Amino acid sequence: MAAPKKGRSASAQSRPGRSLALILIAIAALTGGMFLSGHPTPRLGIDLAGGTSITLEAKNEPGQPNAINKTNMDTAVDIMNRRVNGLGVSEAEVQTQGDRNIIVNIPKGTNSKQAREQVGTTAKLYFRPVLTTEVSGPGAKASPSPSSSSSNKATDKATDKATSSSSATPTASATSQGRAVSDALKADTTPSATGSASTSPSSSASPSASSSVDPGTAKLQAQYAALDCTDKAVRATAGDGVKPSDPTVACGQNSSGQWQKYILGPAEVSGTDIKKAAAVYDTQSAAGWKVTMDFTSGGSKKFAAITGKLAQNQSPQNQFAIVLDGEVVSDPYVNQALTGGNAEISGSFSQTEAQDLANMLKYGALPLTFKEASVTTVTAALGGEQLHAGLIAGAIGLGLVVIYLVVYYRGLSLIAIASLMVSAVLTYVIMSLLGPTIGFALNLPAVCGAIVAIGITADSFIVFFERIRDEIREGRTLRPAVERAWPRARRTILVSDFVSFLAAAVLFIVTVGKVQGFAFTLGLTTLLDVVVVFFFTKPLMTILARRKFFSSGHSWSGLDPKRLGAQPPLRRTRRASAPVDTKEA
Amino acid sequence: MSKLGTLGARLHRGEIGYDFVGKRKIWYGISILITITAILGLTVRGLNMGIEFQGGAVFTTEKTSVSVTQAETFAEEASGHDAIVQKLGNGGLRIQIAGIDTDKSDQIKDTLAKDLNVNAEKINADLVGPSWGDQIANKAWQGLAIFMVLVVIYLAIAFEWRMAVAALVALIHDITITVGIYALVGFEVTPGTVIGLLTILGYSLYDTVVVFDSLKEQTKDITKQTRFTYSEVADRSINGTLVRSINTTVVALLPVAGLLFIGGGVLGAGMLNDISLSLFVGLAAGAYSSIFIATPLVADLKEREPQMKALRKRVLAKRAQAAAKGESLEPQAAGVPADDEPDDVAAAVVGPRNQPASRNRGRGRPSGKRR
Repeated sequence: MAAPKKGRSASAQSRPGRSLALILIAIAALTGGMFLSGHPTPRLGIDLAGGTSITLEAKNEPGQPNAINKTNMDTAVDIMNRRVNGLGVSEAEVQTQGDRNIIVNIPKGTNSKQAREQVGTTAKLYFRPVLTTEVSGPGAKASPSPSSSSSNKATDKATDKATSSSSATPTASATSQGRAVSDALKADTTPSATGSASTSPSSSASPSASSSVDPGTAKLQAQYAALDCTDKAVRATAGDGVKPSDPTVACGQNSSGQWQKYILGPAEVSGTDIKKAAAVYDTQSAAGWKVTMDFTSGGSKKFAAITGKLAQNQSPQNQFAIVLDGEVVSDPYVNQALTGGNAEISGSFSQTEAQDLANMLKYGALPLTFKEASVTTVTAALGGEQLHAGLIAGAIGLGLVVIYLVVYYRGLSLIAIASLMVSAVLTYVIMSLLGPTIGFALNLPAVCGAIVAIGITADSFIVFFERIRDEIREGRTLRPAVERAWPRARRTILVSDFVSFLAAAVLFIVTVGKVQGFAFTLGLTTLLDVVVVFFFTKPLMTILARRKFFSSGHSWSGLDPKRLGAQPPLRRTRRASAPVDTKEA
Repeated sequence: MSKLGTLGARLHRGEIGYDFVGKRKIWYGISILITITAILGLTVRGLNMGIEFQGGAVFTTEKTSVSVTQAETFAEEASGHDAIVQKLGNGGLRIQIAGIDTDKSDQIKDTLAKDLNVNAEKINADLVGPSWGDQIANKAWQGLAIFMVLVVIYLAIAFEWRMAVAALVALIHDITITVGIYALVGFEVTPGTVIGLLTILGYSLYDTVVVFDSLKEQTKDITKQTRFTYSEVADRSINGTLVRSINTTVVALLPVAGLLFIGGGVLGAGMLNDISLSLFVGLAAGAYSSIFIATPLVADLKEREPQMKALRKRVLAKRAQAAAKGESLEPQAAGVPADDEPDDVAAAVVGPRNQPASRNRGRGRPSGKRR
């Protein structure tokens, strides 16, 4: 019996070293990656770092029962992202959660009140006539730059758009004339576009708009002159508090990524006048992507009036600006009155650009309103305190578990403690790495999850150790005992970890809010538990089983056959006395 | 260690053991009693739902000299609603105001800051609309339902449907007890509590699954022997994994105890406290149910199977026969050569001895003494 046993364990023993090396290399690589990525600590959630977290819940508008869908939610997230990041908030994040919630996390040190106001309100989209415009700020070329009549386009994705032009003209859709106009416009697609630009040096105090329209009051002129659109904070406040019926100043980004500033007339058409907007591919004339708009009956009239007026003007006053939340997202020009109740904006859009613009146009009339479901403001002090408390709780928990393991398992506990350490390091490193990659943020529930997971991880070792002890009680020596115990322990560990993981996965997918963060950590640590037991604990046990300290059953090894009450060789002699002990149960 | 170790050894050998399955009716009774109390408590007293479920605001201030009653007056004046104020461990105040709108909260916060003479920027605010708590709770129930269905399917495949049913009963039992305790004691229910409760799902089953795993292993060839009935083998599985169950529960409870101590003692109140409290209650219930409820229930269900009924008859007949012969089974059992070969495969040994389930564990126990 002994001979085949040895052969088998010898083959099994060739592997543990490799597994150990493998996991140690993996840990080293991950740790290295963590330091290289420049995020040596996990990203902290709002409740630990301080800041404001706003949860918004989408509400259906009456008569629009199916408005809460993925597309609308994504558009809303996009818009909110523009808004909070437009505030000059660093690293604010906006994300959907569940099917009807949007979470906005604003780190400490920013004006959370303003952010809250911005985020909760519905987007404001207006069509305003352009009175004057020019490239703004130090980012612009020093030479007087012509304000191109055709090259303005503002989105926050400047890099994507830099190559494209937004020269755009609303035309009556589906008329040959319209297409002709867009074709003609193609020539204008470079930033140094034609058009009688109202050239004015960016340093000039008053724009020399060759206009028949008064650009506005002196105050507006002064505002305009002072406006530096390259400054995020300035940009965010430009035109704040101006009523739609008043002229205003605004910023926008043109196709070459430069910031352009504008004086805009009173809003003529608002976002709610748009019935729908869509990005379509113009197959007939191969003019590429364009955006079509349908107006409501009231909107059609207003739009006809503004286009009729604008068409008679010289550039740039034949342009109107589509202003979303105070920022010019597009400034197409008009060359005829558009009375059909629909219009299209053409130019050399890419598909994404056309869709973005269409989404923005739609959003003004998006049938979603948002209600603040919860707002949590955590001061940095409390955040730090909670983090601190969480860490202390973790340390206490870990300490207690270690003490218990040492008392109960003695030498064996070394393996358990080493495994727990490996598990802890892996969890920490992976959490740190997940911050920049999937935006994982460690919050208080996640810390709780990690602490609770200490128990689950330690339990895997207990299952394994108890199995080994059972085998030793059968009278086996350590090495065969380990090899025999492992397959059984492995199955138990896999089955029970699977149940635990299943719980975490279901919770993660289904639930919202804090529950989700908790489920994520629990799932992650359960997975790591399996990895650690397979690639670390078992090989380590196999290797240590060769050591005399363990294999000879030293009384401090935790594997002393005598203490474990293993059957002595002449076990039948003890039989008679055994039943007497029954009462102890 | 040695004491527990020896105990473990004797449990392992079956020298000692508690008759869990045999006394199941007592434990069922106790559980039914607890469950009824829990349900009664739930219906009569109801749950003390936290502010997160009613909508309202929780403000936490830094250390302040204002007294609790004073702060209560201030808060009620500022908001026009009832306020609950607690003193925290660090000297700060926790002010809960139910029923206020999220829009008004900023104003209330500023007023409070002025009244309490603290910096408004240093006040933590947690504002919750009434629908948010509902949403968390609804999603949690939804998750619970999906999880239960999946886990029953999984257990039915990995083990068998009887075990799945028993595990489910144990799970419902744990959750009912935990919720009941919350209702009876009047602990506040917060999203943290919900998290804790949901974790119990995984944990309670985790424990149950380990016992079932051992049960499955030991009953693999049960029909091929005539010494023990299913219930007896089930009993032995519980006893065999008892040390592990105790260890697991202790190891799971220790970190939670750490959380509870820190959450309750240092922070006063909050998420850590809420999660760990429900976990603590739930884990204790989970450990209890996997030993006292789940496995006996499996045994009960199993004994209804014709095969197992037949086995029981055979076992009883054999015992009766042995008793009639006037000899204890003990010498016979002792006469069986101990099988200690490390490589024994169940099937190989089953033939000659016809006692596979008992081949290791049963040794040293006078079978006559078993029921």
